[in-house]
Amino acid sequence: MKSGRFWAWFVFLLGAAYFFIPLIATIEFSLRMRRGVYSFDAYKVVLGDSQFQATFMFSVIVAVFTILLGVLIVVPTAYWIRLRLPQLRPIVEFITLLPLVIPAIVIVFGYIRMYGSNSPLPFLGSNLGANALLVIGYAALALPYMYRAVDTGLRTIDVRTLTEAAQILGAGWGTIIARVILPNVLIAVLSGAFLTFAIVIGEFTMASLLNRPAFGPYLQNLVANRAYEPAALSIIAFVITWGCMSLIQILSRFAPKSASRPN
Amino acid sequence: MAEPFLSIQHVRKSFGATTVVEDFNLDVAPGEFVSFLGPSGCGKTTVLRMVAGFEEPSAGKIVVGGKDITRLKPNQRNVGMVFQAYALFPNLTVAQNIAFGLKVGGMAKPDADRRVAEMLDMIKLPQMADRYPYQLSGGQQQRIALARAIAPKPKLLLLDEPLSALDAKVRVSLREEIRSIQKKLGITTIFVTHDQEEALSISDRIAVMYGGRAEQVGTPFEIYNRPATKFVANFVGTLNVLEGKVTDAASGKVQVNSQEVSLKGKLNGSKSGDTLSLALRPEAISLGRQPGHDASLSGEIAEVHFLGSVIRVRVGIGGNTVSLDTFNNSTTPPPVVGDKADISFSSGDMLVLH
Repeated sequence: MKSGRFWAWFVFLLGAAYFFIPLIATIEFSLRMRRGVYSFDAYKVVLGDSQFQATFMFSVIVAVFTILLGVLIVVPTAYWIRLRLPQLRPIVEFITLLPLVIPAIVIVFGYIRMYGSNSPLPFLGSNLGANALLVIGYAALALPYMYRAVDTGLRTIDVRTLTEAAQILGAGWGTIIARVILPNVLIAVLSGAFLTFAIVIGEFTMASLLNRPAFGPYLQNLVANRAYEPAALSIIAFVITWGCMSLIQILSRFAPKSASRPN
Repeated sequence: MAEPFLSIQHVRKSFGATTVVEDFNLDVAPGEFVSFLGPSGCGKTTVLRMVAGFEEPSAGKIVVGGKDITRLKPNQRNVGMVFQAYALFPNLTVAQNIAFGLKVGGMAKPDADRRVAEMLDMIKLPQMADRYPYQLSGGQQQRIALARAIAPKPKLLLLDEPLSALDAKVRVSLREEIRSIQKKLGITTIFVTHDQEEALSISDRIAVMYGGRAEQVGTPFEIYNRPATKFVANFVGTLNVLEGKVTDAASGKVQVNSQEVSLKGKLNGSKSGDTLSLALRPEAISLGRQPGHDASLSGEIAEVHFLGSVIRVRVGIGGNTVSLDTFNNSTTPPPVVGDKADISFSSGDMLVLH
């Protein structure tokens, strides 16, 4: 029994060390910009850089649009598959997994060939078009996470009976999705949204090849040319990601509860 | 019957090669409470779902208030429905659940609030308005579901086994409440159940279903006392079935285990030598020869079960076993297994099953 406990603690401490030592080392390094003393100079430089602010804001806006597009595509699709076409679920799941298998560079080269300025759909002919294409590309990249999150949320409610209950009370499809289905899978949608946010904020390949002023290319540029600032940026990115994860946890406490699963 | 309010005409429903409802016909009068009673898979819920609009009939038509609604979508039918699994919206409070149909129908908020309060009073849960479904018991949830279904004043109320998820005590009180609300509002109601006691106790009429067809449609009294088919007789209530042989068709004489019973006027279509299934309800049989009973059979006590107020006795008559109940009397000892015993009954109570 005692030996079991020892090994449990040993594995726990090993895991914690694997996780925390690089993190502590990065934090420590990010604080050593000023010679001989610890300081937040690297953070001040990063946060004060107008390029940081511009690229970060650009990526945040792109992330918000990506989330909206993802929700608009995924929620009705996952809902309809569960309600009417359950036999298509394996196929749809396979399609949503494709972005994990096909490298982003392949997708973006496909976009450049398909939507170049001489194509019938010249997305890349204007900044707005290129931004829209970036949002569409990111929505595809985030599809595996968004679809799984929403599908898991739908699994926790009786989709068919709730739909029929709303229908018989006079509701149309729009009302059913907006007032019955979406509020009941909101936490799952938010989980998918935060994962999407985390992917979009750090993504490099698509933004770089579509020549968009996003946070990913800025980060790469900084890493190539500076010493302490990239470490500070890594910590900032880490805090943003963990902030998103914590928000998911907090929001899940407010999820609508079913009678059979009150807690 | 007066002009029917709901008319289900020659309805058939097939899923691929499987036909689950076949040539189903039923007319329901305004304000009538009709139950669909039958075992699982008999098609009762499918008929209800076709009336609701969730399934489209493969053939036939459904008319409500003189209007053909067969091809209308569920949200265009103005029908209320209560589901077995309650189906309350988990993200909405009780009041918001009840107001859902009113808001979708475009009712102004003050009117909707008034109607919600009225509904909560009707189901005797006025203090529950701000609770969420997960904070309510099963019985309370089902009453809210009933209020939600009735709130928009539907033309027709459909109840799909609304009591089967509840415990026995709540089931009895809620079924009485459903019936009293239905009578008060005068709303035409279809109630699906596989529980015969439920159907017998609250219905104006019952449609007993089997194999996708209505085997018999009648009042609870008719269904219980004059079952039209062997299935209805067996499914509704407890029944003793005896095998008999016609000895004299003209005078109605039948032999049961070498003992003759006279069934005057009941053997139409049978001829001497035919084998028949004869049925007797336990409450029609007395232990011993009783005055007023014109038929009797002799046998041996096979089993005695003491159930408190009632003693259930099983009497073996040749290859047949007859079950009957006698009231417990503290001064009379119960029958003893192995004793010879006579049973008597009125030949008019014996049913010939086809």
